[in-house]
Amino acid sequence: MVPPVFGLCLRLVLLAVLALLLASLSDYALAATPIPQAVHDALDAMGPQASHIASLWNVFLAACAAVFLAILAVLLYVLWRTPRADGGDVPDLSSLREAEPGPQRHVTRAVVVSVLALFALVVASVFTDRALARLSLADAVNIEVTAHQWWWTAKYVNGGPSDSFTTANEIHVPVGRPVVVNLHADDVIHSLWVPSLAGKKDLIPGRSTVMQFRADHPGIYRGQCAEFCGYQHALMGLLVIAEPPAQFETWVQGQRQSATEPTDAKALRGKAVFESSSCAMCHAIQGSLASAQHAPDLTHVASRQTLAAGTLPNTPQDLSAWISNPQLHKPGTNMPATPLSKDDLEAIVAYLGGLK
Amino acid sequence: MDRPLVEPPARGSDAPRLKDGPPPGSAEARALDETWADPPGFFGWFCPVNHKTIAKRFIVTTLAFFAAGGLLAAVMRAQLSRPENNLVGPDMYNQLFTMHGTTMMFLFAVPVMQTVATYMLPLMLGTRNVAFPRMNAYAYWIFLFGGLMLYIAFFFNTGPDAGWFAYVPLSGPQFAPGKRVDFWAQMITFTEMSALVEAIVIITTIFKFRAPGMTLNRLPLFAWSMLVTSFMVLFAMPAVMLASTALIMDRLIGTHFYNPAEGGDALLWQHLFWFFGHPEVYLIFIPGLGFLSAIIPTFARRPIFGYTAMVLSLIATAFLSFGLWVHHMFATNLPELGKGFFTAVSMLIAIPSAIQIYCWLATLWTGRLNLKTPLLFVLAFFFILVLGGMTGLMLASVPLDLQVHDTYFVVAHLHYVLIGGAVFPLFGAFYYWFPKFSGRMMSEGLGRWSFWLMFIGFNLAFFPMHLLGLHGMPRRVYTYQAGMGWDNLNLASTIGAYTLALGIFLSLVNAIRSARSGEPAPADPWGGGTLEWATASPPATCNFHRVPVVYGRDPVWEPPPPGAPAYVSGLAADSREQLVTTVLDALPDHRISYPTPSPWPFLSAVATTILFVGSIFTPWAIVWGSVIVAVPLVGWFWPTRREAAEHMALEKQP
Amino acid sequence: MNDARAPSIDVSGLPSFAFSHRSPMWWGTLGMMAIEGTVFALTVATYFYLRSHSDTWPMTARPPDLLWGTLNTAIMLLSAVPNHLAKRAGERYDVPGVRLWIIVGLVFGLAFIAVRVMEFAALNVRWDSNAYGSVVWTLLGLHTVHMVTDWADTLVLGVLFFTGPLEGKRFVDVSENSMYWYFVVWTWLPIYLVIYWGARAL
Repeated sequence: MVPPVFGLCLRLVLLAVLALLLASLSDYALAATPIPQAVHDALDAMGPQASHIASLWNVFLAACAAVFLAILAVLLYVLWRTPRADGGDVPDLSSLREAEPGPQRHVTRAVVVSVLALFALVVASVFTDRALARLSLADAVNIEVTAHQWWWTAKYVNGGPSDSFTTANEIHVPVGRPVVVNLHADDVIHSLWVPSLAGKKDLIPGRSTVMQFRADHPGIYRGQCAEFCGYQHALMGLLVIAEPPAQFETWVQGQRQSATEPTDAKALRGKAVFESSSCAMCHAIQGSLASAQHAPDLTHVASRQTLAAGTLPNTPQDLSAWISNPQLHKPGTNMPATPLSKDDLEAIVAYLGGLK
Repeated sequence: MDRPLVEPPARGSDAPRLKDGPPPGSAEARALDETWADPPGFFGWFCPVNHKTIAKRFIVTTLAFFAAGGLLAAVMRAQLSRPENNLVGPDMYNQLFTMHGTTMMFLFAVPVMQTVATYMLPLMLGTRNVAFPRMNAYAYWIFLFGGLMLYIAFFFNTGPDAGWFAYVPLSGPQFAPGKRVDFWAQMITFTEMSALVEAIVIITTIFKFRAPGMTLNRLPLFAWSMLVTSFMVLFAMPAVMLASTALIMDRLIGTHFYNPAEGGDALLWQHLFWFFGHPEVYLIFIPGLGFLSAIIPTFARRPIFGYTAMVLSLIATAFLSFGLWVHHMFATNLPELGKGFFTAVSMLIAIPSAIQIYCWLATLWTGRLNLKTPLLFVLAFFFILVLGGMTGLMLASVPLDLQVHDTYFVVAHLHYVLIGGAVFPLFGAFYYWFPKFSGRMMSEGLGRWSFWLMFIGFNLAFFPMHLLGLHGMPRRVYTYQAGMGWDNLNLASTIGAYTLALGIFLSLVNAIRSARSGEPAPADPWGGGTLEWATASPPATCNFHRVPVVYGRDPVWEPPPPGAPAYVSGLAADSREQLVTTVLDALPDHRISYPTPSPWPFLSAVATTILFVGSIFTPWAIVWGSVIVAVPLVGWFWPTRREAAEHMALEKQP
Repeated sequence: MNDARAPSIDVSGLPSFAFSHRSPMWWGTLGMMAIEGTVFALTVATYFYLRSHSDTWPMTARPPDLLWGTLNTAIMLLSAVPNHLAKRAGERYDVPGVRLWIIVGLVFGLAFIAVRVMEFAALNVRWDSNAYGSVVWTLLGLHTVHMVTDWADTLVLGVLFFTGPLEGKRFVDVSENSMYWYFVVWTWLPIYLVIYWGARAL
């Protein structure tokens, strides 16, 4: 028999669900993921680090599931077979007078098995730790990643100083070669996590740490900040694009060049506007007058898959929308809205669109 | 006027003359009821020192905070029910999840356990009040004011927004401008002070105020769990007080504890916070274990199996819990060898918990089950907590943790262990002890509806989060993009959360209706064995008209042998007097006169609030605030001649 | 259990107060000591932690001057004498004795509070100079707060012994107050070593 108050509760729940649905019909400004093909699953391992961890996961899952099911089985058995009583029934005080060898044996055995199982899990964990530490680092690609509120700088430092270059929010790595990433943080604690490639590592101001991984399959792997860092922690993505070595070299060569000089009038005008407006206060474009480092380096921005650290797809419409109103797409972002005339905005978009 | 220094004993009608000993219904019993009554009237409302009165207020307040924290979560889950939702923006969402975590951890989980203890322990131990009754009252007021301060700040858009564990530098002066984090840090000072005071009250009550014959070997397991918890509080809470005070100092007066540019370290915060933070979750979990040990014997109709192992397991868990904190920091650049040590200890702590689980299962297996609502909530523990414990083992492993740390996997784990290990047992305890503190039975039917909605809702809400974490969803995100593969799991989770909320709401309805019109409850409706069931429902203001003498671990099941003394007599009936016993064997040691109702705890709490809130804005508040606090504290301590005369009439030197 | 005829234990002849671990107040004081001791221990741990993360120590300052700190240590250790005598007087119910030795103790207290002011000035670093300064000021400040509040407690108790009303448990209060004064003095020793010698030896 259902108490009448239940009807009231049901009505309240339906009301809440309705409110939810109504709220969700309102306009949204955030884009769906711009790279739906990106892989970002800890169990979808694409390199040795993630793969060792995924194997360990299987060991733990099997062991823990077995323990859980065993306890559940005992519980269900108890519920099924134990006789019933009520509060008036006299309690059984025989255990105060006599020992209970049966239960004692069972409990002792269960404890022994538990200890052995735990020990086995610790050993498995230690072996995985060692496997992770043994990644060969020969011929590694060296990248220095610095995390900021809410974007990433990546500086490639292989070779001499003239070979190094800086990009933002998207890194390319060669398939089959180890990557050593030095991690720094500019402001607060962040964490770099690319689930399909490796476990995460925190980037801590005042400290320098290292992450090592290797991608064994070509593809796009999505990474994300995994330590709460303020307003736009939710939209601080990093793309890792693994490519065959030849393609990677091509990319590197391209990144090492200065920005493509614009050829058409619109793009030329765009460059002029860029250099003379507030854009140049924060962004750098190698080969132009803009060389500030408070915001992502835009030298090869058109070669990237996304804008604003994985928030928007990199299309002219999205770029235009982003520049004219960053707060709409990523509220709280440090990029201010830049007042530009329609023509100036189009010109800048044309210019930036040519920076491959 | 030449007054004697040592107050002469009161004479004539002012002197206490009646002694307890005669049974309920006698003139002495009626005198006891009057002596221990709460002061009436509006001003009297601020003065009671009766542990039951304080605890009822305290429980209602913590449950109100629980509801508030739940409402915050309901908004969060609404926001996350679909991708790219804009019910709330990032700033509000950051305040929501910070307030949710902060409310649940600081304003609900630990205080509710302490206050159920301050209600039940004197009854279970066979005494008339807690030790230090006015400190107990002060602890409530201080807690209330701290919680109110935080919520008032939140309502003025100054709620903290850096997460419930407020990592620096995000919570430091440079990246968290304004007073948001300062209100959070000072709320910690309020609530930790309350918890520390309550810990001292609980330890002293358990050690010194037991019924004669209740040796430590006969102490109820719930009392053991609260004793162990309270010791942990003494050593864990200071860490967060120090950490939060250093944070306030960095923000207010320019110290550099956490500023790497001047020799400070961001990880110092994490070490100090988690040195507190890990034991904190055991402060919540261990009382839950105590509830299980109170409920299971009653509903299995037999004493607990393995009492000694259970006690040792509680103590082992408490010690080990201080050695785990680095497992919250596995993703930082601490030395790998050190992290390995913490993996081992984090796994090791599973063993005493496992021992307890096996002993409870053995008790249930060899008993006869009374499947009422309290037992249902307890049985849910074996499903939910054990599952949470399994994911805890996974998190203990460094490599696995590096994948799932700071993702929804952790959110799933923490809710499984806290809700399974503490909230479900708490609800069980609530159904179990409701007849005792209200004198009425709760509805079994509504109880079952509530239980099943909670159980199903909880699992639907939180199980999908394990998968979300493995599929790449980090914690503390105000939204997520469509097409990541997270949409359906989030929607399911939201539906589960609302189902859980409905289940909880039904228990609230049950409690309110039953308090008004439930079936009247006898002294011992469940046939329980511990002392709280040996007195009326609800208990008299003095708890026991005759303090019992105890001969076993379940005194109601093990009455005194023929001819042996069954109770204590000779305590004053017209003055607040109680018996102090020895620590190990509970032998009667001496009598003590108890404080009468007083406004000083309330006034001291108001003064303390002025000091603490002032020091959010200026360091000089410490100076003038201390003067303000000193006044009611002196009033609290200073004896009146009447009191002293009454005590001197009962005085006898050792 | 409710049998009106069953025998009972008559406790009316038991004392109405007791000293040391028999008294609940002793346990309460012990609890306070555990809490404060933990705070001190964690602050000292913080000092060593920050030391381990720094190339030089003290960071950019000279070590604190030894004079005032060492003098204060001596005064505090000497204050154990009136403290102990006050405790003994309390346990003998000797009201004039309690009055005398509490007053002497309070005078010592004023002395070490005054010297403490000089100590702060002689630290040779500000709390906001660097993390070393922050932790040293915090260590000294925490101990000072305990000293001042203990002095105030002792003053209130002392005044009560002049005005009354007294009863048995006030003598227990004298004993417990002395125990806490010992705590304030003894916890100073490791803090003194850390502040004054940690800066020289580490």
